[in-house]
Amino acid sequence: MADYVEKESKSVEVAIEEALNEMNIDKEDADIEILDEGSKGLFGLIGGRNALVRVYKKVDYEEIIKSFLYPVFDMLGIDGDIDITAENNTLNVKLSAENIGIIIGRRGETLDALQYLLGLAVNKRSDKFMRVTLDVCNYREKREETLIRLAKKLADKVERTKKNITLEPMNPYERRIIHATLQDYGHVETYSIGDEPNRKVVIRYKREYRKA
Amino acid sequence: MKELLENIARSLVDNPDAVSVNEVEGEKLLILELKVADEDMGKVIGKQGRIAKAIRTVMKAAAVRNNKRVVVEIIQ
Repeated sequence: MADYVEKESKSVEVAIEEALNEMNIDKEDADIEILDEGSKGLFGLIGGRNALVRVYKKVDYEEIIKSFLYPVFDMLGIDGDIDITAENNTLNVKLSAENIGIIIGRRGETLDALQYLLGLAVNKRSDKFMRVTLDVCNYREKREETLIRLAKKLADKVERTKKNITLEPMNPYERRIIHATLQDYGHVETYSIGDEPNRKVVIRYKREYRKA
Repeated sequence: MKELLENIARSLVDNPDAVSVNEVEGEKLLILELKVADEDMGKVIGKQGRIAKAIRTVMKAAAVRNNKRVVVEIIQ
């Protein structure tokens, strides 16, 4: 998967130079790993070792991401901007577009599918694992706020009525937000029922609190 | 639609040159037959069909805009 060239030569610099020439790339397009710095040995005669380097072609994440997403934009008839920020092993891809509903889909399923495929496409050509997140006009952030608000509101109702409430089906990520929000909130507890993709969170009154 | 599916499939497989899509067009239904190299089948299907499902979801979104129903078939 990862393309690299290994070169052995009398010095690190020469080895790198030879590898770059063979790969026909510039130094700024390469990731260089020095496997052995080599050693001149005694008087340059005894015990000398050649330097060994491995040169990778730098993966251009931006290029991969854009060439994946632009055709999708075209087909969906949207004119959008792609903003990519990288931190450690995560690539955060933010889209801004006019007609975002079509790219989000029902309960975010189109956005999740795109994020999943984009992650696969990036990691196909990357030698280290990269987490890829895809968001459009802060949809995920807003959705999270909405879910937290909803969870608290429904938990209050469960506490009042002592009756279970079953939420609409959600994906694992969204269910996790509900569980986490209500973990230490009021006298309620949460669990999930049903099978994917119709798995739902249930909020129920915590019985032991009533006795205490 | 054909180009979009080809582009997605090519970004996932080891043998992009072996990817081909055949379009069978009906009045309201568009069937896209995706063909990839044998060893790449897993790359477009995934564990429990997870990748195939994601591909279909994206293609469906594109189809809605074009007022069509789309079926993606992965053929050997």
